[in-house]
Amino acid sequence: MTDMSVEKPGASVSRATRESKIALPILIVLVVFLAAAPWWAGRADMRLMVEIFYYLVLAQMWNLLAGYAGLVSIGQQAYVGIGGYMLFIGTVFLGVHPLAAVIVAGVAAAILALPSGALLFRLRGPYFAIGAWVLAETFRLIFAQVSALGGGSGMSLPTDIVRSIADGRSAREAVVYWTALGLAVGSVVAVYYLLRSRFGLALTAIRDNEEASGSLGVNAWMTKFSIYIIAAFVTGMTGALIFLQKLRISPDAAFSVNDWTAFVIFMVVIGGIGTIEGPIIGVIVFFVLREFAADWGSWYLILLGTVAIVVMLKAPKGVWGYVAERWGLSILPVARRLDLNSVLDPSRKSRH
Amino acid sequence: MSQPILEMRRVSKSFGALKVADGIDLSVNPGQSLGVIGPNGAGKSTMFNLVAGVLPPDEGHVFFDGADVTGKNMAQRCRDGIGRSYQIPHPFEGMSVFENLLVGARFGGAMPDDEAYAVSMKILTETELLPKANALAGTLSLLERKRLELARALATQPRLLLLDEIAGGLTEAECQSLIATIKGIRDTGVSIIWIEHVTHALLAVVDSLMVLNFGMKIAEGEPREVMESREVREIYMGLDADA
Ligand SMILES: Nc1ncnc2c1ncn2[C@@H]1O[C@H](COP(=O)(O)OP(=O)(O)OP(=O)(O)O)[C@@H](O)[C@H]1O
Ligand SMILES: [Mg+2]
Repeated sequence: MTDMSVEKPGASVSRATRESKIALPILIVLVVFLAAAPWWAGRADMRLMVEIFYYLVLAQMWNLLAGYAGLVSIGQQAYVGIGGYMLFIGTVFLGVHPLAAVIVAGVAAAILALPSGALLFRLRGPYFAIGAWVLAETFRLIFAQVSALGGGSGMSLPTDIVRSIADGRSAREAVVYWTALGLAVGSVVAVYYLLRSRFGLALTAIRDNEEASGSLGVNAWMTKFSIYIIAAFVTGMTGALIFLQKLRISPDAAFSVNDWTAFVIFMVVIGGIGTIEGPIIGVIVFFVLREFAADWGSWYLILLGTVAIVVMLKAPKGVWGYVAERWGLSILPVARRLDLNSVLDPSRKSRH
Repeated sequence: MSQPILEMRRVSKSFGALKVADGIDLSVNPGQSLGVIGPNGAGKSTMFNLVAGVLPPDEGHVFFDGADVTGKNMAQRCRDGIGRSYQIPHPFEGMSVFENLLVGARFGGAMPDDEAYAVSMKILTETELLPKANALAGTLSLLERKRLELARALATQPRLLLLDEIAGGLTEAECQSLIATIKGIRDTGVSIIWIEHVTHALLAVVDSLMVLNFGMKIAEGEPREVMESREVREIYMGLDADA
């Protein structure tokens, strides 16, 4: 995440902001600190952090889909479920190491996303959203039929496979933790670089006005389809990771629209859709609320709903959208700023 | 005679029972600048949508530079060299003005990054948007948005530029500066089709004029002759030609 200044005759473009330069070392220290958690955190805290990390990945992916590509899907649980089942299929039936199976799960999800996406992309707006959900339900019903995978009641990861992750329970939990941290940090960094690239320029244009992007030469269909496949790949890996932590899978848990899509939508919308920072904030808000209202039973869901309604009315661009607009902040800047000083007054250029 | 840059052959389009393009035949030569006039709802913007590939025609074909582009989508046609501005501005509101142009330069113009930077900056200077380069497009005034429409289309380095009512609402001085800008574009050899209700601006630039009414081309030719023709006077009867 470095500042890239491009010096061209007359055009000097910078991408960093003052706050991003301050934030970068802080973020690096934070990641190092989190990576050391197995030495300072308790078992329950680490489990919680793994959960936070995988929700962060899911939120980043849903934000790419809905916030940028305009693909409001309520069916991303399809890829969590496929990824989760691929962990079991890969390790139990194909003899793949559990960590390698995480990658296999991502690849499998991406491959299944090709025909699924081609089908769903014939639908628009709400029809796409519902179509994605129907597709996820179809996958759930299919997996519930497979008796080798325990049918409707699911299965547990055999102990010898669990042991093959690492020796001893704490080592195993550390490995799962680091995998989750790696996925979370990796997904944020990947989204950051993706959005700064040529591809990201197209995606941001599509976010703002799909028709105009087309009339300026952007192949919107292909760009959106690529995002759909990328999101499936990463969501599939996340699915495998989720069930590597849970060690047990069932169709209902794997393809849960509540757990893997509804909560994720809440996070993205509350945090600020269409930004990188937004989903991160949203995940934090969600977990703070959840810890705070842990004993409230179903009142907890009412709390979430109330927060969602208040934020949508008071700050429709989410918490981060509000903060960024109010104070002009950008912690993970993807925009390109033209250096007007050097253009309007060429003598100042030498000061760079 | 050189090959036309654009040809429409018997192009028709209906929205339900409403026929908005009725067997339009049109040929535009390289370097030609054609004005389009016609009453509200005549199908002028629809004609642009058919040329740019926003809408598929019900019948007929569109040729660009000798090749049939009827089956191509708007992104492909843009990369081929058709640039267009929207009558109702379609800015990328969450992106800066500079980045709005970059989209056109990087994709429509297929330029690498640094070339896209330089070209965008040059166009921003020419269209007087440079001081707004880093402003979010969503914060622009209507006039600036219209100018952005033109600037963004230019960033794709078009060979045929479609301009849809970009002079409306300008002061006389602004209008004169717009005329100078468009003349400058014309003189670089870009073919232009310009839909405009501000006829004096149009007549200052174009070398031919066509009239659309109810989706039909009812007149085409030398601008002054067309303006004085019976068909045009009938349509605009009782209307000030400059309104
Ligand atoms: N996508 C659409 N669906 C249905 N009807 C449409 C659509 N686009 C345009 N129309 C209708 O087609 C007719 C022609 O519209 P068009 O925008 O081409 O007119 P115009 O000549 O550009 O008018 P103006 O001078 O007001 O811009 C209008 O009656 C309009 O309402
Ligand atoms: Mg129009």
